Amino acid sequence: MPELITVGAAISPNLPWSDWQFGFWIHLLIFGIGIISLLLGSVIIFIWLERRLVGRFQRRLGPNRAGPLGLLQSVADVIKILTKEDIVPSRADKLIFWIAPIVAFTPVVLMLAVVPVADGALLADLNIGILFVIAISSITALGVFMAGWASYNKYSILSAMRTVAQLVSYEMPLILSMVGVVIIAGSLSLNDIVKTQTVPFIVLQPAGFFIFFIASLAEINRTPFDLLEADSELVAGYNIEYSGMKFATFYLTEYCEAIVLSTLAATIFLGGWQGPWLPPIVWLLLKIGIVFCFIVWIRSTLPRLRIDQVMGFAWKFLLPLAILNIFVTSIFVALWPETPAWLMGLTNLAILVAYILFWSKLFKPGGKAVAV
Amino acid sequence: MAIKTEPILLNLGPIHPSTHGVFRMRALVDGEVITDIEPVFGYLHRGIEKLAEQKSYRQFIPLTDRLDYVASMNNNLAYVTAVEKLAGIEVPERAEYIRVIMSEIQRIISHLLGIGSFFNDMGTFFTPFFYMFIQKEKLTDLLEMVSGQRLLFNYMRFGGVSHDLPDEFLPALNTFLKEMPAEIDKYERLLKENEIVLARSKKVGILSPDMAINSSASGPVLRASGIEWDIRKADPYSIYDRFDFDIPTGTVGDCYDRYRVRVEELRQSIRILEQAVAGIPKGKVLNPVPLRFRPPEGEVYSHIESNKGELGFHVISDGSDKPYRLHIRAPSLLNLTALRKMLTGWKIADAIIIFGSIDICVGEVDR
Repeated sequence: MPELITVGAAISPNLPWSDWQFGFWIHLLIFGIGIISLLLGSVIIFIWLERRLVGRFQRRLGPNRAGPLGLLQSVADVIKILTKEDIVPSRADKLIFWIAPIVAFTPVVLMLAVVPVADGALLADLNIGILFVIAISSITALGVFMAGWASYNKYSILSAMRTVAQLVSYEMPLILSMVGVVIIAGSLSLNDIVKTQTVPFIVLQPAGFFIFFIASLAEINRTPFDLLEADSELVAGYNIEYSGMKFATFYLTEYCEAIVLSTLAATIFLGGWQGPWLPPIVWLLLKIGIVFCFIVWIRSTLPRLRIDQVMGFAWKFLLPLAILNIFVTSIFVALWPETPAWLMGLTNLAILVAYILFWSKLFKPGGKAVAV
Repeated sequence: MAIKTEPILLNLGPIHPSTHGVFRMRALVDGEVITDIEPVFGYLHRGIEKLAEQKSYRQFIPLTDRLDYVASMNNNLAYVTAVEKLAGIEVPERAEYIRVIMSEIQRIISHLLGIGSFFNDMGTFFTPFFYMFIQKEKLTDLLEMVSGQRLLFNYMRFGGVSHDLPDEFLPALNTFLKEMPAEIDKYERLLKENEIVLARSKKVGILSPDMAINSSASGPVLRASGIEWDIRKADPYSIYDRFDFDIPTGTVGDCYDRYRVRVEELRQSIRILEQAVAGIPKGKVLNPVPLRFRPPEGEVYSHIESNKGELGFHVISDGSDKPYRLHIRAPSLLNLTALRKMLTGWKIADAIIIFGSIDICVGEVDR
């Protein structure tokens, strides 16, 4: 791993840490602390951003009392939640109840390990980067399920069941939507994928981005797929019995997931850190912000789907489209490696539009009662 | 090998974000599907009917506010017309117009809230609710102007209303009436054809016309099932026979139709308000009645079309200054009669929006 010493060597080439071993640890330290502080710091900002934006969408102001423009609102909330009593239900499975928030939170942070913030600047340049992200991201579902199951609450059990159904289903289209990108880039490493994007992959793979975005909305439990929380049905879902810092950890998980998936969308489809004039990290943060604002927009606009509609949407609509996308992309790459970007993008877009039009013919509103 | 499963008894309420108060449903769920449901009433029982027997006729008016607390004006109107019918009290022309204006403003407020919370139940993150709340607040300001209160108005009296309209009321109402149709068009543009709204609410929770009549449903719930029954037309009270308006009806009787009927009723209420504002005469607003007046012995049933359906007051007088017995026919309660049939077989998420589309107010269910 020669490229890993870059950071250690860059700090001071003549000091003892420029040797390989020492540089490796310095690199881990700097990036570990960097990722965690960047993530937690951005959560504070993004919670504020979301609440302000939702406020604007709803024709009101949003938080504006604590600090300038209400920027300290999240800080105040954190202080409040830290001083709250930590209640564990008497019949809960105490051990699982305790570790569930940790199981849910850790993988979210880990996912950022393979995301480059500039050329080669990442914690670990795994040559299976995307595979790592996919594998790690599924663990969050386990944490959520553990929380729902251990709480000994009927609402949270229902929510836990929905979690399993929904998160596992949407993982399929999420993974398959990234395969098209992998085929074009010819690498699983996120660093290579960003470097290949002279043209952002959203231009080449609009259908892929479409699937990725919708599936990631479901993965992070955002409207219209927020069935796990479903505040009007299951009150709060899996975290109904959690209070104090454990609840805060789940809250944090949710926002970190939203940010991480925005990061992935920005990295895989929007060209990552690439961009003119500004430093790479600024470009990356800008793109994350744009994707996040889009998620907030959807959240404040759409109602929630029912569980059978959510499942049907994943298996009947997204999955076939994802497979079609892979099929067409691989034909292009195999038969005509020098395909011009505009042709590939237009074909992809045409397939997307035709598929949506076809599927909307089959769309039947409403539902059917089960005979009891 | 089949996994052994058993149904869960799920308590929806009394404290639950979508039960619109403290309503409770004991639901037997098989996975996500509701196989049986039992509504439990009484968490907000305050004994209002019994209290009426201990208060003089006039003292009971403020208590009617507390029935359906987003329909205070209509509750006032229903009670006051019942007692006026019993005692044969005349109401001045201007007071009748003011009553109609108040009643229709209250109907718009209630329907805006009903539609907004229906979409909340469907899972929108409060956005339609806030859009409608902005218009609702304007109307609340208008009602505050005339009565000094924002929720429980205590405005009507036997023989008229307590105060005349302030000078700035009618211009403010006119401004509102001018801008409201555009607002309704905006709601329609945003919500009417939304695919998720259609997918969630069409053909969900169908109340057939027969079932609606048999369960004595009324108001928008009944009209959504396709039955053209509105007491403002069928048995006109006050001066409703002078106004020109339509009765919007649905075709299927599903959640979507109930939502559509409410939106159309907003437009009809605006039509009535426009006519009432144009035709309101000058004059006095109250034929004074003695504070402790004693209506003649007898009994009367009088009903009006309240926001949620037929609101009736059955008053029995024994000639004293207090009602001998008073019964309230609460539309919210009777609209829930068919609840069990409407909910069984649907998923939990559907049950929530079916319940939301009936639009009850627990203050009226439990009294």
